[in-house]
Amino acid sequence: MATLPADFADLEPFSAWAIPTERARYAKRLASTMDELQAFYDAAFPRMEAATSYLEQHGVNDLREDGRRLLWLYCSLVTVSFPVEVWRQPRVPDSGSCALDAVVEPAI
Amino acid sequence: MPHFTKPREGSWTEHYGLGTGPISYEDSISPEHYELERDAIFRRTWLNVGRVEQLPKKGSFFTRELDAARTSVVVVRGTDDEVRAFYNICRHRGNKLVWNDFPGEETSGVCRQFACKYHGWRYDLEGACTFVQQEDEFFDLDKADYGLVSLRTDVWEGFIFVNLDADAPQLHEYMGELGAGLAGYPFHKMTQVHRYRSEVRSNWKLYIDAFTEFYHAPVLHAKQAVAEESRKLQNVGYEALAYKVDGPHGMVSSWGGMSPPKDLNMVKPIERILHSGLFGPWDAPDIGLDELPPGLNPARHPAWGLDSFLFFPNFMVLIWRTNWVLTYHYWPTSYNTHVFEGTCYFVPPKNARARLAQEMAVVTFKEYGLQDSNTLEATQTMLESRVVTEFPLNDQEILLRLLHKTAHEYVDKHLRKTRGTPVRVSAAS
Ligand code: FES
Ligand SMILES: [Fe+2]
Repeated sequence: MATLPADFADLEPFSAWAIPTERARYAKRLASTMDELQAFYDAAFPRMEAATSYLEQHGVNDLREDGRRLLWLYCSLVTVSFPVEVWRQPRVPDSGSCALDAVVEPAI
Repeated sequence: MPHFTKPREGSWTEHYGLGTGPISYEDSISPEHYELERDAIFRRTWLNVGRVEQLPKKGSFFTRELDAARTSVVVVRGTDDEVRAFYNICRHRGNKLVWNDFPGEETSGVCRQFACKYHGWRYDLEGACTFVQQEDEFFDLDKADYGLVSLRTDVWEGFIFVNLDADAPQLHEYMGELGAGLAGYPFHKMTQVHRYRSEVRSNWKLYIDAFTEFYHAPVLHAKQAVAEESRKLQNVGYEALAYKVDGPHGMVSSWGGMSPPKDLNMVKPIERILHSGLFGPWDAPDIGLDELPPGLNPARHPAWGLDSFLFFPNFMVLIWRTNWVLTYHYWPTSYNTHVFEGTCYFVPPKNARARLAQEMAVVTFKEYGLQDSNTLEATQTMLESRVVTEFPLNDQEILLRLLHKTAHEYVDKHLRKTRGTPVRVSAAS
């Protein structure tokens, strides 16, 4: 069953990354291997120009369900970009004993 | 050779007369000193507990656990639209009045009145006791004598403050020149709020130290820039555009070339597409300001990027050129632990792409914050070893001197009042 807008059907294999909250997105990042993060990034990053053009056409509150899921998916790409582009590991280096948890965020 | 002009005296530190000697960190590792700070600072100064937008209608309330001040408060918008704060205690037999599930956890909501969970006494939104269960079983009890105990509450630019000290100066006076310089900034338009919370294993002042100097930025955060840019940043180091000190408060004004960057190759691939990063979304929303308030970018420097204000003791406001705001709060829970809150405020995004750009700024803040907090426990434990007791601070660390000196002065003043003689735990020169 399609969960993303039709133009983004190629990203359906990664629809598990369409996650509504930052906390859960970050948890999935920490629970993933670098190979998994890299695979998601390699699929989603080249489609980002197209995705942002799509998102630019819609207000956050008038996105349809598939559009909301696309926005969630790209919020996950933001979260995943740090391990892939910067850290080369899922966790921020040396942050073993600390956490910074989202307690308030605007719903999408 | 400074890139940005320093004051006549040759340094900001000497200009503000803060002393140039090494400082002791005994004030951050002594349980006894922390107990003094609780009474001398957290029960005497204006504490920011939230914003007016958190109380959108009559009956909106939230609680705050002010462990450092040895209390809990409930802040509520009354039927007359006034914002008031009360100590969160029932007048019957002292139960905490407003809480859910866990008495130590904060809560919020909307109500018509407050009802105690224990024996059902009720209070209206202005704090008056309106109902006593089996009132005629009591002896000469007059409900009028049993209202909630209020504490001083005031609002500065939409930020709600409380103060436990009846003799403290007015809030607007306390906020001083730095507070006055921000008057009229449209904080109220930035209603898109993301808040992060962290339990940190260090003294509260150590995290403020980390966030009031950018000397660490080119080193600790080196990897967050692309490699070549990072090398350049480390060679240049960090210099502020300006510092200001007014009474217990201080600010640092910074350049910020990344919003947008001069050259797209200076930033990470995702930032090139999203047009957002540490300095916020590059496409700044219109916030209706023809000119910056006088307190912002005091050097009126064209490279200005952001100003960070520390309002003593534990409230920081960062205002970015790209029209968004960050606040930091540090709530001590013991001499070597505290709760940190970082809150990002944006204008509501004009479309879903702008929402994604805000997400990028917020998540970048979190990645930096995690790097900043990871050094704190490491610093706290080694300071506690007392192997080294005095530490040099450079001119870009001026606000650390101000913070530790101010905190000491409050403790000394308190000791003079209560014991007659100040006993200094250490000398922060
Ligand atoms: S303690 Fe609140 S009603 Fe008894
Ligand atoms: Fe930092």
